[in-house]
Amino acid sequence: MIRSELLKNLYPILEKHFVVCNIGLPSQELHQLGDRENFFYMLGTMGLSSSIGFGLALNQPQTIISIDGDGSVLTNLGTLSTIGNNDADNYILFIVDNGSYGSTGDQPTYAGGRTSLTEVAKACGCENVVECQDTEGPATLQAAIDSKKKTVIVCKCESGNIKLPVIDTDPVVIRHRFMAALDAANS
Amino acid sequence: MSISDKLVNDLAANQVNFVTTVPCKQLGGVIDGIEKHADIKHVPCNKEDEGIGLCAGAWMGGTRPAIIMQNTAIGVTVNTLVTLTQFYRMPLPMLISYRGELREPVSCQVEMAVHTKALLDQLLIPTYHFHQESDAEEFDTILKYCFMSKKPVAILTDANFWGGY
Ligand SMILES: [Mg+2]
Repeated sequence: MIRSELLKNLYPILEKHFVVCNIGLPSQELHQLGDRENFFYMLGTMGLSSSIGFGLALNQPQTIISIDGDGSVLTNLGTLSTIGNNDADNYILFIVDNGSYGSTGDQPTYAGGRTSLTEVAKACGCENVVECQDTEGPATLQAAIDSKKKTVIVCKCESGNIKLPVIDTDPVVIRHRFMAALDAANS
Repeated sequence: MSISDKLVNDLAANQVNFVTTVPCKQLGGVIDGIEKHADIKHVPCNKEDEGIGLCAGAWMGGTRPAIIMQNTAIGVTVNTLVTLTQFYRMPLPMLISYRGELREPVSCQVEMAVHTKALLDQLLIPTYHFHQESDAEEFDTILKYCFMSKKPVAILTDANFWGGY
């Protein structure tokens, strides 16, 4: 299955949690599945979904899920060392690994070649790293949430995209309502 | 009180409870002070754009952040400052070692120093240059201004401010 199908299967879990979603098509797909105030859509800044999510997890108690891509993790590879060396058991990094830069037209990434992000994450000091196939994605994510342990999931799926409109919600609105929902959950 | 301790105390007094850093000789005393401070969580980052991402998350999570870096970082953080910090309207105090200014011993640092203020100016980032030790008296006010305005703000601290490199 391709990422849009995977996200559709993940949605019943994601809708109940605070999610930071990667730039481009992943955010557009999540937005189209059902726009929610507990979703922080990245409209720019490729590579920082994991960093923004981890900063959130380090500073408040709600479970935070970063939806990232293989190409985006490769562009910010140091993030796996930061995640591996700092404690936040309310953090889950869910990497959709389709071996391609989806939003720019499915050019191949090195993660689709000889590089294993699973092994990189382990070598960076991440203790709970789970590689799974697309069909196992929802169960793997739910297990990580239930474990209450910082987890990195590398979920393999096929490359391929559906056509979607860009998100035109004002970034300050996205950010403000996300903060308000998080604040309410923590009060 | 040392100038480093004063800067750390001002951060803590302004409820800056999350600080990410990259290493720096001039700001080493501040980084040590942050690491030791009971109220400040210190999370070193590998690159400054990653650090700005961590700070964005910290702030959305209800904690005031700051980043400590060198002015060379302006060269690698322009996109992040514009498309994350400014686009989503977030505050970010950037305490910066201003390498390549007066009393700098390493010539290559000058090459980035001559662009630093121009780049910050182009990005419309409020910028304060600490050249004399007494300039640090404004640090507390600058922090308040930063969180009031929800903008990235740059504090450039040069070698003369630190008493020579
Ligand atoms: Mg990809």
